[in-house]
Amino acid sequence: MAGRVEGKVAFITGAARGQGRSHAIRLAQEGADIIAVDLCRQVDSVPYPMSTPQDLAQTVKEVEALDRRIVASQADVRDYGALKAALDAGVAELGRLDIVSANAGISSVGRADELPEETWQDMIDTNLTGVWHAAKAAIPHLKAGGRGGSIILTSSAAGLMAMENIAHYVSAKHGVVGLMRTLALELAPDSIRVNSLHPTMVNTPMIMNEPTYQLFRPDLENPTIDDAGPAFLTLNALPIKWVEPVDISNALLFLASDEARYITGVTLPIDAGCVIK
Amino acid sequence: MNLTGVFNTVETAIPSMIERGQGGAIVLTSSTAGINGIGGPTRGGLGYTAAKHGVVGLMRSYANNLAPHSIRVNSVHPTGVNTPMVVNEAMQEFLESDPSLSNAMANALPVPMVEPVDISNAIAWLVSDDARYVTGITVPVDAGFTNKK
Repeated sequence: MAGRVEGKVAFITGAARGQGRSHAIRLAQEGADIIAVDLCRQVDSVPYPMSTPQDLAQTVKEVEALDRRIVASQADVRDYGALKAALDAGVAELGRLDIVSANAGISSVGRADELPEETWQDMIDTNLTGVWHAAKAAIPHLKAGGRGGSIILTSSAAGLMAMENIAHYVSAKHGVVGLMRTLALELAPDSIRVNSLHPTMVNTPMIMNEPTYQLFRPDLENPTIDDAGPAFLTLNALPIKWVEPVDISNALLFLASDEARYITGVTLPIDAGCVIK
Repeated sequence: MNLTGVFNTVETAIPSMIERGQGGAIVLTSSTAGINGIGGPTRGGLGYTAAKHGVVGLMRSYANNLAPHSIRVNSVHPTGVNTPMVVNEAMQEFLESDPSLSNAMANALPVPMVEPVDISNAIAWLVSDDARYVTGITVPVDAGFTNKK
């Protein structure tokens, strides 16, 4: 049986680990080839270890194990030139582009009046401008293909609601919604669809780290996931603490597939009811 | 029909779903008129828009109320669908009676209508385990109509 995205090519930022790796694997399972990029090094204002070249190599290995092709490179979504070069090289090798997952993102914490300017700027540059860079680099390829396409921007439940202590993250993720809505209008005549994903807490290294646990348990000096888990639970309507990366990948796959051929301009929460609670 | 009928349907379904204790998924069919103030000035149009908005309120409340039972509740919001409810003489006359109405009905994607299967695909995804943690959301299947308003 043909896969749900058989023969298509997907560009994924932040593909070394977490949701990005899961997206690469899930799309490859359904027949897509992958163009993967990731920074694979640390950003100073980010308080947990970021991805490594070994992480990206693992993604490559897992996609190739599915007999799909993957072109992977290290690139910074904050650097438009580098990102475009990585994508252009991938399209040259794989021959087309159909799906874009602007997934790369960082997390850091602080009250709005206390955030260092560098922390604010790194957040906006990565989680908002980096998303625009991915779309900007991809749109000429999608238009040139003449087959339409699907762009999926990863926002957050925090792209639809206020959350204390992460004003920069909330601002960037709300900004992604504005970008998505505008792109959806601009690209509709070319049958290129644009939608956004809005996860609650996801079981990835961006969330499962002590600085995030501390955000939820400021009363403890060295909180663990066992301390923070019950606090995560209170965010969601469904009785779960977090969702898995594959849950976000399954939503992305639906939006990327022809099953969603007339869905565009939509904010899609995968949030266990976090936003309506 | 369009609001009380939905309420009656859900109320009928809930007890056995809770009793079975294995979660479940409910999808309410609203409309782009459940998100936007469209439908014109007639009593029918106003009632349609009011009812379809009401469905969203039901969906959100049921999603919260049923979440402890792992029963998920979401709504779909189609633009014009190629069905007898839309493709008929009365609807055609209604749209022709006011040109601004049909202009306002144009989708963003270059398609005049979507097919029933497009709504079915969205519902099939929502009720599947692929969407096991999706609840309380509005899913437009509207060719970009709502975003264009």
